[in-house]
Amino acid sequence: MSVQTASPNKIAVINDVFKPSRSLGQEAWSRLIRNKASVAGMFIVGFFIFLAIFAPVIAPMDPLKLHSGKRFLPPPFDQGATNIKAEPEFLLGTDSLGRDVLSRVIYGARVSMVVGFLPTTIILLMGSTIGMISGYIGGKLDNLLMRLTDVIYAFPDLLFFIIVMVALRDSFIGQFMNGLVLLFAALAIVNWVGVARLIRGQVLSLKQKEFVEAARCIGAKDTRIMFRHILPNSLSPLIVWAAFTIPGLIITEAVLGYLGLGLRPATDSGQFFVTSWGVLMLDGQTAINSQPYLLLAPAICVALVVLAFTFLGDGLRDALDPRMRGTQ
Amino acid sequence: MVTYLIRRLFWLIPVLITVSAVTFIVMRSAPGGPWDTDPERRQVDAATEKSLSAYYGLDKPMWRQFYAYIIGDTNSQTKEYVCGLICGNLGPSYRQRGRTVQDILFSPPEDKTFWQSRFGYSLRLGGMALLMAIMVGIPIGIIAALKQNTIVDYVALFFATSGISVPSFVLAIFLIFIFASRLHLVDIVVDDWTQIKYWFMPMAVLGFGTLAYTARLTRSAMLEVMRQDYVRTARAKGLAERAVVFIHMLKNALIPVITILGPALAGLVTGSFIIETMFSFPGMGRAYVQSIFQRDYSMIMGTTLIYALLVAVANLSVDIIYVFLDPRIRLED
Repeated sequence: MSVQTASPNKIAVINDVFKPSRSLGQEAWSRLIRNKASVAGMFIVGFFIFLAIFAPVIAPMDPLKLHSGKRFLPPPFDQGATNIKAEPEFLLGTDSLGRDVLSRVIYGARVSMVVGFLPTTIILLMGSTIGMISGYIGGKLDNLLMRLTDVIYAFPDLLFFIIVMVALRDSFIGQFMNGLVLLFAALAIVNWVGVARLIRGQVLSLKQKEFVEAARCIGAKDTRIMFRHILPNSLSPLIVWAAFTIPGLIITEAVLGYLGLGLRPATDSGQFFVTSWGVLMLDGQTAINSQPYLLLAPAICVALVVLAFTFLGDGLRDALDPRMRGTQ
Repeated sequence: MVTYLIRRLFWLIPVLITVSAVTFIVMRSAPGGPWDTDPERRQVDAATEKSLSAYYGLDKPMWRQFYAYIIGDTNSQTKEYVCGLICGNLGPSYRQRGRTVQDILFSPPEDKTFWQSRFGYSLRLGGMALLMAIMVGIPIGIIAALKQNTIVDYVALFFATSGISVPSFVLAIFLIFIFASRLHLVDIVVDDWTQIKYWFMPMAVLGFGTLAYTARLTRSAMLEVMRQDYVRTARAKGLAERAVVFIHMLKNALIPVITILGPALAGLVTGSFIIETMFSFPGMGRAYVQSIFQRDYSMIMGTTLIYALLVAVANLSVDIIYVFLDPRIRLED
């Protein structure tokens, strides 16, 4: 009996079978890093996170130090219309009180990054818990919760943030963490609705699936089915949702800061949050002719961060759900 | 159909009541009254404050104040019955003495038309921005879809993506810097809004996001429609390309585009206040921002309610138009 030698083709197939299988996450990751715009977005986001964490090391000067007699210095590379002489150590010039603009912009990244990520985490936890309960239990509770989301949906969200910040800024809760806690609370109250609806829809379709039925057959408890079977299967839309919501939150903070309703000004340099991009723009709007970089620098930062998240979000959507590619 | 419309209209009522209740509660829970928001710059002494509070009914219990705000109540000093929100009365402004909120927002200066009122200005600007978004956005979307995966498509898509994500006030900052501060083509602070040339920049800034969104949505809707069998049929029977694009494709592709016009209009309305402030535009949005800075509570409440009403009505009207346009839509009961 002669042993037949396997053709090269067959060997390739066999090798393929024995190759370590890749998880869904690894598949998505390899698709994501093939998308150039997403990779660029990731780098920009990473860069601003780096700035936010290491602001004291990177910033060339103390962002709160007043340089007397050096008010509204223009940056060295753009003299502009003023006759005040630029000084080389102030790379983006100084503001109305003689503080270094570049250092203030670098410190401003802290607020934007925290406002982007921290409330999103709260919103995801809150929204997915409520959405899951609503979708899984159904009935009256579901009806009640969904009517609640309808009402919150109808409230124009920026207006809600404005009235909350106007009314409660000077109250006890408004003083915490330079007013950021209040902002987080307001953002969470409005935004959990989107997550809840998303998850509810997922749960409604997933709970009919065979694997959930199978889990129930072997006697899995409801909480186990919800958190071990349904939740992991609804993660992709959640991740995409987060990538598109984070820039929205950053913009909201900037708008509120620009309206004078954002971060309270820090006074001593030991504080973690010194200033935010929105607050910087508010400072800069009166000085557009004499020192435009006070307004331009934070505006460019906001635009960059927002674009980066958008490209990242687009890439994530394509990577996590290849069927969606090119439809939006 | 009629029951659907009536149901949708009735749904406005709980929404508006909730919005006004939330606004009312949040505003009233602000520490201190409207007269002493800033303790260091206390404007009135205790006796005056007491009589002011009595005059404006602020010494009454919360529920009574809310009732007075919505339905109406008898003024305890003048003994006159003052009708509330249901008569369109938004109450007196706390900062601009002697004027009511609706007066500030809707009545024009003397011997001017309605269009010269604050609301009229905002309405004109918003309308122009929406018109620009539609007139420019839809053609861009069509061209991008017809030339899919060419350089034209990529450029259009890049601008659309950045237009959607970059907020309008950031765009405003760039434009003001380039055109007003450096090129001196327009003034930064405009006093005379009768000249049309000053309207272009706020209009462009306000409408750009909607334009980009319209373009992107038109493109994806067109791409979807282009693959349909009836388009192939139309081509196969030898119709002119123009007829295929405009009659067979566009008519169907525009349905999803119309659905976003409601939220877009709402976005133009609520997004306008920051743009109006930046361009010192004499509209409702700037009045709103001024009232925020002055802590004019009744003005903030009244304007918030009007904005909420506008958003709700915009969404509702688009839902209704949608039903008329798309016979495939079946309404649940």
